Amino acid sequence: MDTIITDNSLKGKMITLFGENLRSNFSSDSEHIRSIRLQAIERFRELGFPSPTEEKWRSTNLGKTLMLEYVQHFAPLEKDIDVRKVFQCEVFDLDTILVAQYNGWLVNKGETLTSLPNGTVIGSLADAMRQYPEIFEKHYGKYADMQHDGLNALNTAFAQDGLFIYVPEGVTVEKPVQIINLIDLKENFFVQPRNLIVLEKGASLRLVHCDHSLRHKESLINNVSEFYVGEGAYLDHYKIQNKDNSSTLITTTFFHQERESRVSTNTIVLHGGVVRNNISVKLAGEYAEADILGLYLVDREQHVDTHVHVDHAVPHCTSNEMFKGILDDQASGVFNGHILVRREAQKTLAYQNNRNLLLTDKARIHTKPHLEIYADDVKCSHGATVGQLDPEAMFYLRTRGIGEHAARMLLMYAFAAEVIGKISIQALRERIDELVAKRLRGELTICDQCVIDCREKRPVSFDIDLSKI
Amino acid sequence: MLFIKDLEVSIEGKKILKGLTLEVKPGEVHAIMGPNGTGKSTLANVIAGRDLYEIGGGKVSYKGKDLLELSVEERANEGIFLGFQYPVEIPGVSMTNFLRTAVNERRAYHGLDPMPAGEFLRMMEEKKQLVEIHSQLASRSVNEGFSGGEKKRNEIFQMAMLEPELAILDETDSGLDIDALKVVANGVNKLRRPDNAFIVITHYQRLLDYIIPDFVHVLFNGRIVRSGGKELALELEEKGYEWLKAQAPA
Ligand SMILES: Nc1ncnc2c1ncn2[C@@H]1O[C@H](COP(=O)(O)OP(=O)(O)O)[C@@H](O)[C@H]1O
Ligand SMILES: [Mg+2]
Repeated sequence: MDTIITDNSLKGKMITLFGENLRSNFSSDSEHIRSIRLQAIERFRELGFPSPTEEKWRSTNLGKTLMLEYVQHFAPLEKDIDVRKVFQCEVFDLDTILVAQYNGWLVNKGETLTSLPNGTVIGSLADAMRQYPEIFEKHYGKYADMQHDGLNALNTAFAQDGLFIYVPEGVTVEKPVQIINLIDLKENFFVQPRNLIVLEKGASLRLVHCDHSLRHKESLINNVSEFYVGEGAYLDHYKIQNKDNSSTLITTTFFHQERESRVSTNTIVLHGGVVRNNISVKLAGEYAEADILGLYLVDREQHVDTHVHVDHAVPHCTSNEMFKGILDDQASGVFNGHILVRREAQKTLAYQNNRNLLLTDKARIHTKPHLEIYADDVKCSHGATVGQLDPEAMFYLRTRGIGEHAARMLLMYAFAAEVIGKISIQALRERIDELVAKRLRGELTICDQCVIDCREKRPVSFDIDLSKI
Repeated sequence: MLFIKDLEVSIEGKKILKGLTLEVKPGEVHAIMGPNGTGKSTLANVIAGRDLYEIGGGKVSYKGKDLLELSVEERANEGIFLGFQYPVEIPGVSMTNFLRTAVNERRAYHGLDPMPAGEFLRMMEEKKQLVEIHSQLASRSVNEGFSGGEKKRNEIFQMAMLEPELAILDETDSGLDIDALKVVANGVNKLRRPDNAFIVITHYQRLLDYIIPDFVHVLFNGRIVRSGGKELALELEEKGYEWLKAQAPA
């Protein structure tokens, strides 16, 4: 079912759409999901879309985005796509478990939920909701805070599909899982993917999440992800974003960490129109560790906004934030890093670092650390720099015959390398390395977007034969 | 090769060089000595093209060209090399990537194709031997975490890779123990040819026991106050810089 929604009262339209869907597309929901939806829409009714009067949205104005007309699909258009035939991903020398989300819906040759022999379940959230209600009752909506966030509430009200992964106790998923989120529609499109990833005690998962657009149409993505990382579990997570200038991508990711768990999450923005990444980490069990890393490369009119919130709720946890950005032309950025150390959270180690390179006078970054510390026996540090390339280093390189342009490239690339170097999947690191170098040389096109590289080298239009579906 | 006439240089309105004249011909080694803060590094940096300085007067020609008209990289690609007194650390840029870029930029400047990777790596190995670098230099970032001695050796290593026509070594000897000093001097001596020249800036006579200069100049208060052969260095060592202060015009 297609529904065209328009203009200034997107909020009103969404509430109306919710009512319609409750009777149709949402009618098969379990009681549990239904009650979550109802709470969520109520919350959205109160909060609405974020407005620039809210502190957290002061520097990112969605006004224009929310004025546009969008199409939304509340039922999949196509489900029977063999992603391996459609995309040939060259990221990995090793093969990945590849999952694609096409216009909001998980597609995979009709087999949208796969169980591996070790008990791991990977695939469509929509299917998993029906097949694994007990997992949903335990985890779904438990970590995503919708009380203070209208977009999260809206996502929760409408959530239908997205990535679901369940890794049972003690299981290591050997191959990295890769999800490619593709938007490929001729109309302006609004989609709200929802992901739930559960790692039981001692489980281990590597996940690469790519956001990608195939057409230069306006799109609005409001993505919410919840990660439950059980005791001693390990999650290695990457988000690679490479969207076109006319897209608005909002992702909100919640990590809930139990005792002795480790999370490394790395958000790499190669290109985007308006990008807002909210990353929220709750260190809920002692001796948990989180590395929260990111790199953003923006130019022209692009805007990238990163909000990181780390909640040290218990003692002996460590968090380490490192975000770096290169902003060219009139690009603008925001980094807001909030570290909360609760009274009980003694022996906390919390570090935050945000470094930015501005390549022109017109590029802007607002960087704001916000440390809120109630415990007394903690080590916290934060640092933020906004600067130009080091003139001493520039001179040194040039005295070796390296021209100004190449010298700038080397230094920018070196600046980015600190984050890239932390990518632990070698093949991914090499590919990202190459993409970043290309990006810095100004050679990254929409065609080698993300980590997808179609074998046929077909350009932007990338035809999926819809007649077969 | 290099001809400097009545060069006047100031920084932030403060006059540093006050009419300096110096000529360097192919095959020569010139030593420049002088107390701290007298303008030795300023001279080296101005030749290399650092833009911090205001040129108040005089001229500098190099291989018949007006040097001051050339960009930093043009000077380098025309064969000028500066060995830094304080080599800059560049985190994230590997030595290999740095030198390959430098070598290929130079080749491009002279209309040559990039050096094949195998040949480049062989060249790196060979030149490492010259300065007795044994460590896994290639994968390390430029000067990052290098000891003082390693940084200085690295300057000589780069010089060996780039094969300049005119190398200016700014206090490459300071902070080196005698063994490291010999290695550096030895590296320079092996690179000496009839068609290239060196300006060796040093604070101490010691280096000149190993790199035998053709000329020694004493820079003081922005001017070359004395020039002579290598024996001038010894005299200076003996009598100290106080001796100059008594003689030099203010
Ligand atoms: N970047 C700078 N800004 C201001 N003054 C400087 C700068 N660099 C050097 N100077 C001054 O210029 C003078 C000469 O310095 P320098 O050429 O480094 O001397 P030397 O190498 O002989 O010790 C000194 O008085 C020093 O303080
Ligand atoms: Mg000096």
